[in-house]
Amino acid sequence: MSAVTSVVEEVAPAAAAGPAASPRFLRRLLRRPVAIACLAYLALIVVIAIVAPIALPHVAGEDAGDLTAVHQGPSGAHLLGTDTLGRDVLDRLLVGTRVTMAGVAEALVVVLALGVPLGLAAGYFGGWIDRLVTWLADLTFSIPAIILIVVVLSVFPQSMPAAMVTLGVIMAPALMRVVRAATLPVRQELSVAAAQVSGLSRPYIITRHVLPRISGALIVQVALLSGVALLVQTGLAFLGLVVPAPAPSWGGMVADGIGAIDIQSWLIWPPGIVIALTILACGLLGDVVRDATTENWAPVVRRPRARRSARARRGSHAPAETDRLGSPAAGDGAPDAETLLAIERLSIAFRTSSARVPVLVDVSFDVRAGETVGLVGESGCGKTITAMAVLGLLPGTATVESGRIRFGEHDLASVGELGLRAIRGKEIGLISQEPMISLDPAFRVGSQLTEAVRRHHRVSRRAAQERVLELLGQVQLPDPSLVARRYPHELSGGMAQRVAIARALAGEPQLLIADEPTTALDVTVQAEVLDLLREIQRERGMAILLVTHDWGVVADMCDRAVVMYAGEVVERADLLPMFREPRHPYTEALLASNPHHVVDAEALPTIPGSVPQPGEWPRGCHFHPRCTYATDACREAPIALEQIGSRHETRCIHHDRLARAT
Amino acid sequence: MSGVTASPRALKDPAGSAVARLEVIHHPIVRVVARRLAMAIPLLFIVSASSFVLVSLTPGDAAQSILGLNAPQDAVVRLRHALGLDNPIYVQYWDWLKHALHGDFGTSVVTGETVTHAIDARLPPTLALIVGAFLLGSTIGVGLGVLSALRGGALGRAVDAFALAGFALPAFWLGAILIAVFAVKLRWFPATGYVAFADSPSGWLNSLVLPVVALSVGAIAAIAKQTRASMLEVLSSEHIRMAWANGLSPRSIVFRHALKNAALPVIAVVGVQAVWLLGGTVVIESVFALPGLGSLLVSSSIQHDLPVVEGIAIYFTVIIVLISLLTDLAYSWLNPRVRAQ
Repeated sequence: MSAVTSVVEEVAPAAAAGPAASPRFLRRLLRRPVAIACLAYLALIVVIAIVAPIALPHVAGEDAGDLTAVHQGPSGAHLLGTDTLGRDVLDRLLVGTRVTMAGVAEALVVVLALGVPLGLAAGYFGGWIDRLVTWLADLTFSIPAIILIVVVLSVFPQSMPAAMVTLGVIMAPALMRVVRAATLPVRQELSVAAAQVSGLSRPYIITRHVLPRISGALIVQVALLSGVALLVQTGLAFLGLVVPAPAPSWGGMVADGIGAIDIQSWLIWPPGIVIALTILACGLLGDVVRDATTENWAPVVRRPRARRSARARRGSHAPAETDRLGSPAAGDGAPDAETLLAIERLSIAFRTSSARVPVLVDVSFDVRAGETVGLVGESGCGKTITAMAVLGLLPGTATVESGRIRFGEHDLASVGELGLRAIRGKEIGLISQEPMISLDPAFRVGSQLTEAVRRHHRVSRRAAQERVLELLGQVQLPDPSLVARRYPHELSGGMAQRVAIARALAGEPQLLIADEPTTALDVTVQAEVLDLLREIQRERGMAILLVTHDWGVVADMCDRAVVMYAGEVVERADLLPMFREPRHPYTEALLASNPHHVVDAEALPTIPGSVPQPGEWPRGCHFHPRCTYATDACREAPIALEQIGSRHETRCIHHDRLARAT
Repeated sequence: MSGVTASPRALKDPAGSAVARLEVIHHPIVRVVARRLAMAIPLLFIVSASSFVLVSLTPGDAAQSILGLNAPQDAVVRLRHALGLDNPIYVQYWDWLKHALHGDFGTSVVTGETVTHAIDARLPPTLALIVGAFLLGSTIGVGLGVLSALRGGALGRAVDAFALAGFALPAFWLGAILIAVFAVKLRWFPATGYVAFADSPSGWLNSLVLPVVALSVGAIAAIAKQTRASMLEVLSSEHIRMAWANGLSPRSIVFRHALKNAALPVIAVVGVQAVWLLGGTVVIESVFALPGLGSLLVSSSIQHDLPVVEGIAIYFTVIIVLISLLTDLAYSWLNPRVRAQ
């Protein structure tokens, strides 16, 4: 029965479920109407299973009812009609609940008795126990339950316990896996470690510390396995293998219905609907419990990118403050001939139906042909979002709200998805922070590069392959044809970044966006990759927009730098002025904390605090809570970007004090 | 470095192909097949031995059931001796195994027919069911999953709802509904029965449509759900973002780069589904009165025809081994990291 797959799939998410069975969890669960409905329905079924055979004692043994009233439709006397032998369908459905539920209960007892202890042992002790248990689980996954049960039933005719115990044994590994996966992380946690140190016995630790923590995953699995057990039980009853006539059972009643299907097809509906509803209740309950246990961990699903930039509205929802504040440079005039990329007062926000969270406010800067511009700041300042906006690849619900991204003739903020596709890779290349995961793991390097070359140039496959070897040679990989045959996982980080650069060069772009290109690499490899970028730039006259938090990289590579903080450009200057006389306190603090090749600029020793998240930006200057120069004026109103020298702007009203200090 | 061995996709390199020839024995595909076959032998041994032991526990006895309950005791004893049933269990198993290895699984105690013959006669409808439901389940399941991952929104919710429904609707009830609607009411397809392909190809097809659909709905639902989930995951991964950034075509991004990476967990689900389709045939063949292995298994089980039950168990195990082998091959074809191990 197909349901087992669903059980298999649940393993991973359920395993991720952490602490669950707290009262808080129960309350969270009961806040969901679906959970209450499922629990109420299942409780009703259990009550019927207990009460019905007692209240209707004659039904189970009834061979025939009123033979003058067979095959009746629903009526006042028989709410669900009568069957082929004139027996009341509702009575049989109610009484048949017991045998069905009893079968499910038998299977569950076996599943829990085997699965929980074995899973706990495998997860807690590891080693050969773990390997044995995992091997057993793999083995049983390849056994079709019904077939094995029918074989068992040929030896124990009409024995439901034999059938359901067998089912329990077959299903136990599914539970075992989940318990094992849920136990592994719990075991390594501090509370358990502490308990071990204080000399508590293992059984005590398992029952008191581990078991409560994995119960969320356990409930999910038990709910799903109940559904599977119900499916198998009704299937066996349908085949007439476990419930001897005339006793009623849900599955048996469907079989009776098929027997009379051309006379009265109504008979298949009542038992079928009850079976489906009960399995549905189990399945839904499992889903809801899983959602409740993983509530705090909701991954943001990145939606397809189509039409995103088409949606970009220019100026329509510009925040009031950006309208008041001028942007002195790179402003409204036409960019000069040398300017390749001009970002003009770009504002971006995450939009949901209920909220709008700005992440980029009024960002302006430009990149001229052939030069290298550094985009500097801590993580969370909006550097990457700015770079991605250029390519029209904003994450999630981020939307360009106002501003322009001029690239040659085009405004990339309004050119639309089709226009962007003509530019991505061909006019603007991208290399990213994580070279290892930026290549498709399933294809050889050569195949990926060939695709990129052929996408941008109309050449034959053979010519493209030659071009690929050429490109791999240009990024100074020692043996291009060997590298071309490799899969990404067979490359080192430095090699992978060279391959990524080769791919970005495939379209011969005028602008290369390099998003933290060396962060993930070893220090020695960093220098090599930077040298390579410089060399390629010299050869091709390509411009580079370098996103980084490393001043060492900026000093090494850049002609100019743009410093960003909390969604704003706070300072723009040529390289030397930026280093010698920073005129924004944030730039000053960044430089003080990371003068040379210091890799980790996440913590700023000279200034306390951290970058505020979008949506939590303070009023006035975004930096003022961390700023030693801050005065009341900084807290009151947004600060404008001010021109303070030729090609030097700062968003600070105290830049004179900084100038005196340096 | 088996990743360096030749592959159709590799770029031409004369030195590399010489290396590849030398490495044929260590070729990853050869190893995958060898490993799976090495696992199949103990599995077949376990299945046959345990079913044999199980059968020996049986309260009834073949000699008794052949001759009937009222047969004279000495006749039963003589027949038992003739059938070898008075030997110790391991001797009986050894005899059975020796014959089984030569393709002889004994004779049915009910019909006197050889087990191999009985099974071979019942194989075509079951294979047609399994293959049909497998093809339908994987193509529609994957298609639906990809579509809903790309479109999202209402279609995504519909696929989730369908997956839940596919889990909740028992195949036998679904079969009953299909019969009620498409056979009894609309009369498009026959309600029950099987037409051999040799007798009438169109009749054969008609007799299989409803059972195949009933059998495959659960598989479609499970495969669609997994495909949707893993496509969503892969589509949000870094290498897909970089593929967009490098201007690859949307078609190539979705169907080459995303689908191939999303395929691994889908293959795992397809493999499990294929095995469970086997179990489904037992029920579906009863619903539609198809003369296949599943219905033979049920009737033999009820009639206590143990040699036949045992023979079918072995056949099903062999089919399962083949399915696992195909799954493994698909897995290693799709995942270079598995191949490299």
